[in-house]
Amino acid sequence: MSDTVYVQLLDLAAGLVLVCAFVALWRRGLVAIVRALAVQGVALAAVALLLGLHQHDLETIVVAVLVFSLKGVVIPRVLLRIVSSSGESREVEPLVNVPASLLAAAGLVLLAYATTRNVVALDPSPETRAIPIGVAVALIGFFALATRRKAVTQIVGFLLVDNGIALVAFLATSGVPLVVELGVALDVLLAVLILQVLVSRMRTKFGAMDLDQLRELHD
Amino acid sequence: MWNTLALLVPAFPLAAAAVAAAAGWRRSTAWLAPTAAVAVIADGVALSVRVLDHGPVTALNDLVRIDALSAFMILVIGLVAFIATAYGVSYIRAELDHGHTDAAGARIYGVLVCLFVAAMLAGVVANNLGVLWVAVEATTISTAFLVGHRRTRASLEASWKYTVIGSVGVALAFLGTVLVYFASRHAGGSGQAALNWTALVAEAPRLDPGVMRLAVGMLVLGYGTKVGLAPMHTWLPDAHSQAPAPVSALMSGVLLSVAFYALLRYKVIADVTLGPGYLRGLLVAGALLSLTVAASLLIAQRDYKRLLAYSSIEHMGLIALGTAIGSPLAISAALLHILGHGIAKAVAFCSSGEVLLAEGTTEITGVRGLLAARPLVGGTFGLALIAVLGFPPFSLFASELAIARAGVADGLGWAVAIALVLLLVIFAAVVGHAQHMLLGEPAGELEGHHTPRAAGAVLVAGLLAAAVLGVSIWPIERLLHAAARVVTG
Repeated sequence: MSDTVYVQLLDLAAGLVLVCAFVALWRRGLVAIVRALAVQGVALAAVALLLGLHQHDLETIVVAVLVFSLKGVVIPRVLLRIVSSSGESREVEPLVNVPASLLAAAGLVLLAYATTRNVVALDPSPETRAIPIGVAVALIGFFALATRRKAVTQIVGFLLVDNGIALVAFLATSGVPLVVELGVALDVLLAVLILQVLVSRMRTKFGAMDLDQLRELHD
Repeated sequence: MWNTLALLVPAFPLAAAAVAAAAGWRRSTAWLAPTAAVAVIADGVALSVRVLDHGPVTALNDLVRIDALSAFMILVIGLVAFIATAYGVSYIRAELDHGHTDAAGARIYGVLVCLFVAAMLAGVVANNLGVLWVAVEATTISTAFLVGHRRTRASLEASWKYTVIGSVGVALAFLGTVLVYFASRHAGGSGQAALNWTALVAEAPRLDPGVMRLAVGMLVLGYGTKVGLAPMHTWLPDAHSQAPAPVSALMSGVLLSVAFYALLRYKVIADVTLGPGYLRGLLVAGALLSLTVAASLLIAQRDYKRLLAYSSIEHMGLIALGTAIGSPLAISAALLHILGHGIAKAVAFCSSGEVLLAEGTTEITGVRGLLAARPLVGGTFGLALIAVLGFPPFSLFASELAIARAGVADGLGWAVAIALVLLLVIFAAVVGHAQHMLLGEPAGELEGHHTPRAAGAVLVAGLLAAAVLGVSIWPIERLLHAAARVVTG
């Protein structure tokens, strides 16, 4: 693989991660949102695989396989199960409507480029130049968390944050050390499983997974 | 031998968790967690002595490293875990008797509490800052179901908010960790060692300030969420008020401090790379905002468990203030504050559990004449509140005074002045609520829950420990100063 092809593929995969974040904001159907997240997981694994192949680093390739199976397969399946068991398939009415959400996301991308100038300047390689994309995806995740009201879309927001940060980790340092990577993967998986159990308990208690039901605790 | 002892620290509660998972909640296995806590304390004492005489103990290829600060945190976690889990034995028995939980619920409680304690211990013995992050996130995971233990609407809501806000907040800290790793790799670090705290401290002068500024900001936001510093505190009153009393005691008493411990570690690096002003500014802002939030929400508080939760936000603010000041006196005081607050808040939350079991409500207005009706519970609850408010002879008085003195001496007199005014407001608010609960004529009949002697003994012992530390810190003086030197360099 020549260097130009490598850089082009890397930019393509990183770009796909960002596009999926926009798709997750744009679509209203919960299944479509989860699919976007699955594609994002695969794109993230592709980034790791490209880095591993380029640097002839077996550890990174192992991590790529891990990311693919966790974020491309397992977690999306868990989310689909939540969606299908709930019987609700659409985000009803986000607090911020879709066109405004997309505009805000565009603003967040600019913000990401502005805040990471120092990081890119330290080592302007093809990998670090794509770091703002990771930060942007994480910021879009925060935005989704703050404005979406379905339990599933909140979990998606959390996972967008996580994917964005994982992208930064890959691009900046070819991924954190393997011990840490394994711990992080386990933590994310367990967090999603816990949220799944909480959603099913909420459904039996409230009969819905609309988070507007959560208003009992206040001062 | 010493590296085995270091590895045993988190292994004791892990073993207890394994047995609890296999055997379920029984009269005999119920005491596993407190036994593990005693073993952790004994191990912590042995390690402290070793560390003070011969320097840090390392294990697992430098992944684990125990210096004075780690040893101090092991002791804090051990002590609070002992109080909380020993009290938990009778609390869970009472819940089983009242039908609030069943055998399966009790088993899950027994396993998760031990895993929770093990995760905190793993965090403070880790040298690798990535492993520290994994451990802090593991505390969120192990406590998520504990918060929702009672399975009511309110506890489910608290559990959801806690998991989402906690995980997302800590994700920011992970971004910070990644950026630190990036900076470290560029300063010459390589592989796993590049995230070791010892390596980062050595490299600190060569780390890129621009990247580190962004990283430290993320770390303060992320770990600050777990510490409960305002404005990232919103999950805390819900989770701490809904969790069962022993879990609230652990979460308020040590989990917040363990998250703060992460910031203490990063402070050592950040102060060299960026100068002390940057982190100081962030911490002072967080501290004063937390104190303001606590004061304003304590005034009209209606729920006594939420009252204790807001008081934890207040104390985390004070610890942040002490850390911001940063002189050896201030850091020693902040560490003593961590210990004193841990013990006092654990006793306060456990006593509040007894009040809840006896009165069946967490409303302040629903409880009246506690001292007359139930002298033991009323007494420990009242004394724990007095300790939390920072009265002598309890140690929080000594540490608050020392933080104030250090602040005035170090040019943060204005911040100390604001903090003192807010403390006065908090004082008035809590005393007003406590008066209503403790004094007067008891309203209802005196039947119902009786506090078992063992539980009462644990709470009284906790109060005694807090009082002894307030009179003289000699048992831990050397360790405390050595731990402070780890932070001040």
